[in-house]
Amino acid sequence: MSAEGLSRRRFFGLAGAGTAGVIAAGAAGGAIGRATAGEPLAPPASTATDAVPFTGEHQAGIVTPAQDRLHFVALDVITDDRAELVEMLQAWTAAARRMTAGQDAGEVGAVEGGQYAVPDDTGEALDLPASGLTLTIGFGPTLFTTADGVDRFGLADRRPGPLAELPAFPGEAIDPAISGGDLCVQACANDPQVAVHAVRNLVRLGAGVVSVRWSQLGFGRTSSTSSAQATPRNLFGFKDGTDNLKAEAPKALDQFVWVADDDPGADWLAGGSYVVTRKIRMRIEQWDTATLADQEQTIGRTKKAGAPLGQAAEFDPVDFAVQVDGQPAIPVRSHVALAHPTNSGTAILRRGYSFVDGSDGLGRLDAGLFFIAYQRDPETGFVQVQRNLRTDAMNEYVQHTSSAVFACPPGVTGPDDWWGRTLFS
Amino acid sequence: MSKPARRRTTLAVLAGMTALSLAACGNEDPAAAAGGEAAADDIAVAASDDACDVASSELPAGVHQFTVTNSGSKVTEFYVYADGDRVMAEVENIAPGVARELRVELPAGEYETACKPGMIGDGIRSALVVSGEATALSQDESLAQAGVDYQRYVQSQTGALLEQTTAFTDAVKAGDIEGAKALFPVARTYWERIEPVAESFGDLDPIIDGREGDQAEGEDFTGFHRIEKALWETGDVSDMGPYADQLKSNVEEIVARANEVTLDPLQLANGAKALLDEIATGKITGEEDRYSHTDLWDFSANLEGSEAAVQALRPYLETHDAELVAEIDERFAATEEELAQYRSGDGWTSYEQLTQDQLRGLSDSITALTEPVSQVAAVVAEK
Repeated sequence: MSAEGLSRRRFFGLAGAGTAGVIAAGAAGGAIGRATAGEPLAPPASTATDAVPFTGEHQAGIVTPAQDRLHFVALDVITDDRAELVEMLQAWTAAARRMTAGQDAGEVGAVEGGQYAVPDDTGEALDLPASGLTLTIGFGPTLFTTADGVDRFGLADRRPGPLAELPAFPGEAIDPAISGGDLCVQACANDPQVAVHAVRNLVRLGAGVVSVRWSQLGFGRTSSTSSAQATPRNLFGFKDGTDNLKAEAPKALDQFVWVADDDPGADWLAGGSYVVTRKIRMRIEQWDTATLADQEQTIGRTKKAGAPLGQAAEFDPVDFAVQVDGQPAIPVRSHVALAHPTNSGTAILRRGYSFVDGSDGLGRLDAGLFFIAYQRDPETGFVQVQRNLRTDAMNEYVQHTSSAVFACPPGVTGPDDWWGRTLFS
Repeated sequence: MSKPARRRTTLAVLAGMTALSLAACGNEDPAAAAGGEAAADDIAVAASDDACDVASSELPAGVHQFTVTNSGSKVTEFYVYADGDRVMAEVENIAPGVARELRVELPAGEYETACKPGMIGDGIRSALVVSGEATALSQDESLAQAGVDYQRYVQSQTGALLEQTTAFTDAVKAGDIEGAKALFPVARTYWERIEPVAESFGDLDPIIDGREGDQAEGEDFTGFHRIEKALWETGDVSDMGPYADQLKSNVEEIVARANEVTLDPLQLANGAKALLDEIATGKITGEEDRYSHTDLWDFSANLEGSEAAVQALRPYLETHDAELVAEIDERFAATEEELAQYRSGDGWTSYEQLTQDQLRGLSDSITALTEPVSQVAAVVAEK
């Protein structure tokens, strides 16, 4: 692999203009470019079409109220040249600032460059508002040290201990082709076309530096990350994420989601978080032929209201002491029982999306949950929860087919800041 | 053979007429005009499988003739390159034991000569310094020159295309399966290098290069791939005679037409990009040569053709966007390096033996190369 060949020219067009572009974006909001939908630096989006601020102490797209649509992409870095990678991250940041504000990816725009120019934006989001787009970046363990032990970018000694490949779990069937990755970008928006547009343009900007390893579309959120949101239903037909960590509980977020000042890797990761992704195939046809009672006993909640079994309403407390006919109302092997913080001893912020990738060739729906969880440490977060799910009654109906973990740096703060600055500087 | 042989003679000896016809179209054509002037010298080039000895390494500006004699065992090619491997002149397909002449006008500057035994790779290079007064071309002149330079490239390819296609179809008609199999990717190399030109003749391309299943209802499946299928699938070419004759005559026709075409700078830019698109959509997928799996030969040829089209524009691009030229150079080099891993003897690894990871590496390099090449059109159009 040649280390040569960076698109200095193209990057310069974006990154070099970054400062001016940012000032313009900050001052004029969505006035230039395609959006007319509002001020990007206003408080979090209050309607589905508004812009979500790109800058802040933490990256957007974690506690931001979960948008309806997802395009998640994992990439491998194909250059060995650290400077090329840094330049790309700067170019990505400039493009992300613009796109999350509802503007074109490039300075020139999709149609303003003249007939013979190749447009610097692909154009499918023209006329669409910002749609709550958030772009969240993460760095995988293999960015620091490759699988065969090579320290490509002089980052090996900056890899925090918790950023390690996840252990194997019983019953999983992990496909390496859709797992792992050196980098990830989570694009969430309330319009699927806006999310896809963002990923597509970032990938294009990364030509020669990164190569897409895998990507996943999600068509419907399965969690609420704010108490202002209604709890959605997953493809099992159940409300999912009722007891999630939420934006309105900052103390819990500090305890379970954000990397703290004295945590490993805090010199660059404080204020960031770890994201774990798992593609969880649901055995839809088997689930659909289970009785309602079986389904509710498996989950531990009622299907209609989402109430914990033995209770009446969704947000009634999950009480494992309640008994029905001498048995725990919430079966001890139900998903809620085993996953609940009371029994797992920890909490994670779930932000998953339902997916349907067509059918599987046997006429069955290739569908399930693209599980996304943010936590302060994967070992005391997802891994701890998942270990506790070893006897989960739901395992009969699901299988994990992908796995990935990334460290997500803190938010981009000022107009000159860029994704990964704290790690690469 | 008679018709194409006559055409080559016409081009080589009576190039002055070409100059006249081009001049009539309003083009200045110093390269073609060179053919009309007496060359001041005759520089011997002794080419073999591992040497390329050029009798002179310093020349005065002006018209020069090279006589390339191949004493090796492999077919070779001889090139005179300007900076960035811009082809100033070339002679293709010099068989063992054969001598060929090349006439070229060289303005003052630094050049490289190269022999390519086996017709692949960077070749065996030597420096060539041409002294004298350098003349700067105007913007319009350098763009017009690009079209002329590229036309010269096309003509050198079409000559070899015709010869190798003829050898291929002769082998098919003689029932020489192994000979035909060996010639198939070689003949296609010349085709693939100039594919955008060939494709501009929309009626001929499908019957020469159409793939099975691309035909409209009632149309026959013909051309290279029809014979490819017989060679590799059944190993029986006893009924391929008519297809071989038809392929040869269609290639003769397209060569005659292609030799008359001068592409404008925008067509050159788009052609360079189109060749990379060919790689991305037809070669990396293994669709092009689905029976022989010789796709990497075509990959390499498309890449060389794309580079030739870009390099024809180089003098203009260097004055208008030197940074873009540098980036394109880097990415062509990176792609060639990626591809070079799959050299196998005098040819290329079979597509079937490539792993998904290897294909991804090739795909990534083409994606990275296409971005800057796609920007050439805008630079040319800015004029």
